[in-house]
Amino acid sequence: MAWQWFHRLGSPRWFYEKSAPWLPWLGALTAALLLVGAVWGLAFAPPDYKQGNSYRIIYVHVPTAVLALAGYYVMAISGAVGLIWKMKLADMVMKSAAIIGAVLTFLALFTGAVWGKPTWGTWWVWDARITSMVLLLFLYLGVIALQEAYQSRDTANKASAILALVGTVNIPIIYKSVDWWYTLHQPATIKFTSQSTIHPSMFYPLLTMIIGFYCFYALALIMQTRVEILQRERRTQWVRDIVEGGEKGKGKREKGKVEGSTA
Amino acid sequence: MNFQFASLGDFLYMSGHGPFVWSCYIVTAIALVYLVVRPLRARRRFMAEQKRQQAIQSRTQSQLETAG
Repeated sequence: MAWQWFHRLGSPRWFYEKSAPWLPWLGALTAALLLVGAVWGLAFAPPDYKQGNSYRIIYVHVPTAVLALAGYYVMAISGAVGLIWKMKLADMVMKSAAIIGAVLTFLALFTGAVWGKPTWGTWWVWDARITSMVLLLFLYLGVIALQEAYQSRDTANKASAILALVGTVNIPIIYKSVDWWYTLHQPATIKFTSQSTIHPSMFYPLLTMIIGFYCFYALALIMQTRVEILQRERRTQWVRDIVEGGEKGKGKREKGKVEGSTA
Repeated sequence: MNFQFASLGDFLYMSGHGPFVWSCYIVTAIALVYLVVRPLRARRRFMAEQKRQQAIQSRTQSQLETAG
């Protein structure tokens, strides 16, 4: 009884139907947060006393990097859940998370390189933080490749889940790299345990962007997973019904409208 | 909280850092739009293809029924 919610959570159909009404709200919230955060960071936050205006890249660099790492947890944990409990939905989430994570990791590396040019005088350096982020990109790409590499869906899920889990070793290395090897990349300025070393006038727009990116991540993950559900469950009756008659909820609402107009 | 630049040109130029800052924001925006558009397009493609498949299946099924 107590575990019923857990099993329901594993049902692709349940997820597909429950997630639909969330999407417009999540989309609006994401767009609003990212727009406010970007305008605030680009135009209204004060320039850095050392770096001038180039530091404004922080408002896309840090959120993409944060979500690239957080997204790896999502991928590895759903991989583990799929491996242990054979939950179909978890495998679908893992695949969706790999695609989104790869794009976010690429963005973190790209914006980092572009920020490096005016700040450090070089696009690229084999700094510990940057190298471990490149490794993260390869882990994401590896999971995507393994998903396509096997004929059997089951084998592909298992192989990519194992790669995702083994790759988890890299995550603490990325976090700690700026403290263990003091090279070019600066240490974190936002700290949970002690005083942050970033001024509030720069911190609040950054926080807005980070929350906005979290919302974006949720939105992208849900959208991607919903398509994945349709594709993998296309032989089931409920998906066939959706294809035939549009969404169930929509159909009902339209019917109600027609009845209302005739009355 | 004030607008930090004297003019729009100044805002775009960002004391020489403009190309770096703007390219980051533009590439990020393109990538985020891609991540939203990708599932939307995949969904549309799936619906069209699956509708076709199901139409073929129901046609062959009704043919079998009339033949039998």
